[in-house]
Amino acid sequence: MERPAWAPRSIDISVPSVSRMYDFYLGGSHNFEVDRVAARRAMEFMPGLPKIMQANRAFMRRAVRYAVEEGITQFLDIGSGIPTFGNVHEVAQQAHPGARVVYVDHDPVAVAHSQAVLEGNDDADVVAADLRKPEGILSSPQVERLIDRNRPVALLLVAILHFVEDTDDPYSAVAELRDALAPGSLLVVTHASYDGIPLPQERAEGTVDVYRNIRNPLIMRSRDEIARFFEGYDMVEPGLVPMPKWRPDTASEDEDPYSFAGFAGVGRSA
Amino acid sequence: MTAEPGGPEDRLRRFATIWSRAVFPVTSTSLTRPDFEELLLPLAHRLRDALRARAFDAAAAKGIGAALIEAHCTDPEALSRTLDCVDAYLVLYCGDPDAPAEAQEALRTRCSRLQHAMAAGFAEALRERTLAEQETISQAALTAQGAVAHALHTSEARFRAVFEGAAIGICISDLDGNVLQVNGALLRMFGGSENLVRGRNVVEWTHPDDAPQVWRLYDELVRGQREHYHVEKAFYRPDGTVLWTNLTVSLLRDADGRPQYQLALMEDTTERRLLNLRLRYEATHDALTGLPNRTLFFERLEKALAAGEGQRFGLCYLDLDGFKTINDSLGHAAGDRLLVEVADRLQSCATAPGEMVARLGGDEFVALTTGPDTERKVDELAGRIMNALVTPISVDGRELTVRGSIGIVEGPVGERGPAEVLRSADITMYRAKSAGGNRFELADPEADARAITRHGLTTALPTALDRGEFFIEYQPLVHLGDGTVHGAEALVRWLHPQHGVLGPDRFIPLAERTGLIVPLGRWVLEEAVRQARSWQERHDRSGPLRINVNLSPCQLTHPGLVADTVAILEQAGLEPDALCLEVTESALIGADDSLLKPLRRLAEMGVDIALDDFGTGYSNLANLRRLPVRVLKLDRSFTQSMQQYPADPVDLKIVEGIVSLAHSLDLAVTVEGVETGAQAEQLRILGCDTAQGWYYARPGPPERLHELSLLDATG
Repeated sequence: MERPAWAPRSIDISVPSVSRMYDFYLGGSHNFEVDRVAARRAMEFMPGLPKIMQANRAFMRRAVRYAVEEGITQFLDIGSGIPTFGNVHEVAQQAHPGARVVYVDHDPVAVAHSQAVLEGNDDADVVAADLRKPEGILSSPQVERLIDRNRPVALLLVAILHFVEDTDDPYSAVAELRDALAPGSLLVVTHASYDGIPLPQERAEGTVDVYRNIRNPLIMRSRDEIARFFEGYDMVEPGLVPMPKWRPDTASEDEDPYSFAGFAGVGRSA
Repeated sequence: MTAEPGGPEDRLRRFATIWSRAVFPVTSTSLTRPDFEELLLPLAHRLRDALRARAFDAAAAKGIGAALIEAHCTDPEALSRTLDCVDAYLVLYCGDPDAPAEAQEALRTRCSRLQHAMAAGFAEALRERTLAEQETISQAALTAQGAVAHALHTSEARFRAVFEGAAIGICISDLDGNVLQVNGALLRMFGGSENLVRGRNVVEWTHPDDAPQVWRLYDELVRGQREHYHVEKAFYRPDGTVLWTNLTVSLLRDADGRPQYQLALMEDTTERRLLNLRLRYEATHDALTGLPNRTLFFERLEKALAAGEGQRFGLCYLDLDGFKTINDSLGHAAGDRLLVEVADRLQSCATAPGEMVARLGGDEFVALTTGPDTERKVDELAGRIMNALVTPISVDGRELTVRGSIGIVEGPVGERGPAEVLRSADITMYRAKSAGGNRFELADPEADARAITRHGLTTALPTALDRGEFFIEYQPLVHLGDGTVHGAEALVRWLHPQHGVLGPDRFIPLAERTGLIVPLGRWVLEEAVRQARSWQERHDRSGPLRINVNLSPCQLTHPGLVADTVAILEQAGLEPDALCLEVTESALIGADDSLLKPLRRLAEMGVDIALDDFGTGYSNLANLRRLPVRVLKLDRSFTQSMQQYPADPVDLKIVEGIVSLAHSLDLAVTVEGVETGAQAEQLRILGCDTAQGWYYARPGPPERLHELSLLDATG
């Protein structure tokens, strides 16, 4: 008998995955040919895409360290993808041994990979869940085990919100998470935008088209639209800025121009 | 780390800085450039050591190349830039500027060989890492697929369990109707034989009871024009019995929306259907006789009366004569057996299409015939019914003769409703019964109308008394000797809200039949006695005025008659001898002592008893002695001829004889219906004592009598 209509579809690795493309941009080999084809196509329009990803990783590294400095030792990283290097648990546990991390992704391959990477690490785990359904994340056994909801949490939404369309109401999902976490929690966000891309918009739209074609639309939002995600949060200095400008360790003259695309920011909930 | 400016450490640091500046832009590291430089510094140390080592150590150089991969410098450009940097600056910053030329040359050669080994180490590590990562991601994909497959398997197992364990029958077939899969419940419904269901085509599953739309809905579904349909459908089981189902068929589409399968869900309703039919039968049939009951009869009659133009109907309404007597004397069980036999006989009378017999309840049956020719057929039907009852019915060894009265209604359909038709039949049946029974009568609109009015008056009577719709008129009784007002007769009237003033002949018989005559009669007596007392108070000079009140046969037998009368007289303060109760002659025919006893009691108290309508009841004149009567009221038929002059001599002789007889028995004689002076004079000559009639006064309100009496007193 054929697969009945009500059964879930199997993993189709002939379809590009944004997390494996992300890994490819970062020089990794956790990807398949379809992912590389799509990623190279996107890079035809924006050759500096890897630099944007690199800037994302660098920002996340600084944000995690900032959180630890602020006394936060539990992290919820939604849209974690395929953790190749410089991951939240590496950075956090280096800065504060025993820091707890829960990764969340809805790509079953990314989740399986994370499970392999995190094997033996009692303070980190991964949940197969979807940002669009926060209740599924918050009620997961992994979150219940590792996250103390009475203490502040650093919620990382790095390079994920621009994959949630308005029809799925990302603002409500973010608000629901905010309400579920203890006061003093940090919201760490990076988001794609046409602002800061050192190319004419029409060209950048070519990249957006690639993502639309692989059924993973990339939603470019304006700075104001991105700022709305921080409703209920006090922005941490220097506010919502291009990634290299958020609390840089060194002068930013070394930075690639592409790394100024999009916005990054951290907010602290009241 | 501090280093002496220009010293070896400082020079090494400067090499590392140049190296990191060259490579950083092509790395993917999340480190900052200064951090990255710190990462390269130990590698620079190892490079310097390898450059200066006595023997060439390829492994050390390879390790440095591999270390670049670990630092996430996986881009080949990173190697290229590294080698450029080593080639140009390693000997310069890490060599010995003071060494002789051949030593310098040896360092350059060593540097070249180091680059070759570094490249090999980089490539080897990159290859290892690539393979490892490919392996990891493939494993992850496999694991994920396994998890999904497991979830799918679990889900499929769950659905299979649902499919197999469902209590309703499930059948999946393709769009051509070929059965692909059925579950156990469906097999059981069809009798459990698998090969009779599997491999078959659903379009073969027709049944004569299929509703017309069943297969049209099916065609629409398989063509993709309909998503589902729901019908009640019968199937043949392999053994030929019928399976009734509630059937829901849905169209299953593939992921792209193309019709793919049809899914049938069926619920076995055979038992429920049988039960429904049984309940329906019980609700529409009489438990005793098995005949259709009132409910079913009304349905049929309603249908018959709604038939098309040119159609007629005929209805026989049968009520057994004297059935109550049989029930009372032989018991209900015998009565029931009689009814069953009657039902069987009736059933055999109405066997033609369009005919039916039903039991409405008790001993009431109806037979219906329909068609264009019921004028003839209904007569025949009634005849057959009467005939069927002729042969006595044997119950408990007794031969019972059963008779019935039938009311027949016949007519074109579409004019009357079932209730109206049945009422007319009922009225007609009663007409047949009051005409003596054992006959049938045909409905007649006028007789119906009379009966309906009578019925309306009967039902309105009880409330009429409560609402005070009755009133009393008084007709004077005049002394023939001196022309004085001697008293008055109380005559009750009904001021009906619709019909106006009604005389006693319109409602007294009805009141007697319903028993209302007792309270009504008591009310009349109270009113009249009270009125008589009030006349006396205002008019005592002319002696006591008497009051005559009619007493119905029903009141006569009422046990409270004497006590009520006494109480009423006492309450009003009227002497008993001021009251005269009028009783019809017919009520006293054949009266025995128990009936006369209350009258005697009243007479002993001083109440006068008058024999009303005397001369119409063939009474035994000798009997008059026995009766406690003081007055004879001569029926108006005797005096009618005296209105003309000369009067009929025979009538004169009769009246003279009666008066003489009465006087010899010490009875007074009153005459009614006196309309002329000649009449009055004649009657006075004949010796009658008192008279009433239009000649003196019509019945009227009490004040009129008072005035007459005053006139009489002053005149």
